[in-house]
Amino acid sequence: MISLILFAILLVLASGFFTWNMMKVRSNILLGREINRSDRKGERWKTLLLVAFGQKKMFNRPIPALLHFCIYAAFVITQIELIEIFVDGLAGTHRVFKESLGGFYTFMVSFIEILSVLAFIATLAFLARRNLLKIPRFVKSELNGWPKLDANLILFAEITLICFIFMMNGADEVLYSQGQSHFEGTGSFGFSISSLIGQWLFGGLSIESLHLVERIGWWGHILMVFGFLNYLPYSKHFHVVLAFPNTFYSNLDAKGKFSNMEAVTAEVKLMLDPNADPYAAPAADVVPQRFGAKDVADLTWKNLLDSYTCTECGRCTSVCPANQTGKLLSPRKIMMDTRDRLVEYGDGLRKNGKDFVDGKSLLGDYISEEEIWACTSCNACVQECPINIDPLAIIIDLRRFLVMEESKMPTELAGMLTNIENNGAPWQFSPADRLKWSEE
Amino acid sequence: MENIQQLIVPTMSEMMASGETPDILFWVGCSGSFDDRAKKITKAVVKILHACDVKFAVLGTEESCTGDPAKRAGNEFTFQMQAMMNIQVLDGYEVKKIVTACPHCFNTLKNEYPELGGNYEVIHHTQLIQDLINTGKLAMKDGGVFKGKKITFHDPCYLGRANNVYEAPRELVEKLDAELIEMKRCKTNGLCCGAGGAQMFKEAEKGNKEINVERTEDALETKAEIIATGCPFCNTMMTDGVKNFNKEGEIQVLDVAELIATAADL
Repeated sequence: MISLILFAILLVLASGFFTWNMMKVRSNILLGREINRSDRKGERWKTLLLVAFGQKKMFNRPIPALLHFCIYAAFVITQIELIEIFVDGLAGTHRVFKESLGGFYTFMVSFIEILSVLAFIATLAFLARRNLLKIPRFVKSELNGWPKLDANLILFAEITLICFIFMMNGADEVLYSQGQSHFEGTGSFGFSISSLIGQWLFGGLSIESLHLVERIGWWGHILMVFGFLNYLPYSKHFHVVLAFPNTFYSNLDAKGKFSNMEAVTAEVKLMLDPNADPYAAPAADVVPQRFGAKDVADLTWKNLLDSYTCTECGRCTSVCPANQTGKLLSPRKIMMDTRDRLVEYGDGLRKNGKDFVDGKSLLGDYISEEEIWACTSCNACVQECPINIDPLAIIIDLRRFLVMEESKMPTELAGMLTNIENNGAPWQFSPADRLKWSEE
Repeated sequence: MENIQQLIVPTMSEMMASGETPDILFWVGCSGSFDDRAKKITKAVVKILHACDVKFAVLGTEESCTGDPAKRAGNEFTFQMQAMMNIQVLDGYEVKKIVTACPHCFNTLKNEYPELGGNYEVIHHTQLIQDLINTGKLAMKDGGVFKGKKITFHDPCYLGRANNVYEAPRELVEKLDAELIEMKRCKTNGLCCGAGGAQMFKEAEKGNKEINVERTEDALETKAEIIATGCPFCNTMMTDGVKNFNKEGEIQVLDVAELIATAADL
């Protein structure tokens, strides 16, 4: 009885805290500017299924893709077993679905066990890739400190979780063979892995010890699940949830198409309209929007969703031409900075009300001008991201703020812009000479 | 030696004055108009257009920068001013179809003008040439000058990743009877030459290497005799990269249009 109440309390606390955090994340994301991503629904579902569910872009790099797929499949399929754990936990039953599902139950648990072993191996390989092999994208400077610890904590948690599953099933297997399991009868459950290793691991233990090991496995498993769920909003590992909405809201246009600034269009049309009244007062109720982005609230909600979705894998940075040639720019850092600033800014708003100002901003305090001017807008980072994050959109919006609000840019670019304005070419040539090539 | 013959290049205003309407507008672009190296690419395109009897025209002095470098540099005002003025000119001549040899102009005209009211069918010159060959309008000579030569193709970012055009230029290289060798980073994984995003007009930020040098290494690794490109900026960057390694004698940087024009003996 006590364990039922304890389970119910834990369930409420875990889901309550997670919901509260999700609401915070949602309100942070909605601080961003509007952008329409609810058109072309069919194409969006297709993108979600292929890119997030099917992990299509991961397979450009087969080895990590395969390893990642093992963990992903185990994670998804284990959710089915969780349903039973919830029912057992709340009703005080033991393996409630075994009776009714029969052979299918054995198949499901066996399948989960095989995937768990594969996930175990994959997790060890991932730990090795990060800490022993030191794959270049995992040892870049932006990962120093918390991001590196975060990544390792997740991998250790996964290993612990899998160990709990095998403690639970392995000890229960031994108990069942001795007719002592809470599941009535005697024999073997016949699960693929635990029926093989159960006796070998726990064969010599007493009945009490076996029950204890089984309970530690069961409670350990569910506590890890609750803990992991609530760790997600604080971690790069949030992608397990957000990859799905993030791919759904992907940019479906050509990558070369940069967003059109409608506020500018209105002004340019006025300038080119011979009938416009140059002294007309602007409408009083219109608060002019800042050009480009200085801080997170100037970005679109999709940029902000991108930042929460980023799992810091660093594929973007590993293909960035600027980063590969030693420049300061790292597209991954752009995403990490955006998220860090968004969390800070969102917390500040909740604490101090909507007029909160802390004198800090994304541009300047997190991302430097040198970083954003190193970008060649080649779209390699956008192409590479396995869950369709777009660091380039943020970089361009930061440039827009610098150029259009602050007039700050490399001097050569100022010259280039002047040339375009004066003579319609980025270089100083007379427009009258445009056809000279045909006479040469 | 280049034969010194003056090209006949009709302008839109001349066409209009004589009551004619061209089938396609050739958007030359600033590089193609003013850069000495890129002018050769422009001429190659014109020769191909003439050889295929394509009824085309250029805007000549009425053409102006598309605004691409301004937009990439973050100056939306300058971009939209350029775009609106160009759209006025293009719409004034009732232009329907545009071909350009510059992927930056191509991308901007194709993707960024529609929202400002400029709607045209825009194609890259490699797509047009591909079409001219496939429809039999341009015949390639058997055993052309590039037969058996090793050629590698450098994907311009604004043609490839930005607009998913990967095959047209490759198909043209294969039409030369040449051996197309891919660099280790190609197509969607292609490495930028370093000029995009308005970098063409400024010094690179502090680092340990120039991007065009890194890319040229990829090209040199293929042991190709020719680096083919489809972008005047890439052409400049790769040419500089080759000079950096003092390999001008061993490897040439040529636009796909130049390869085709030479092979077709134009």
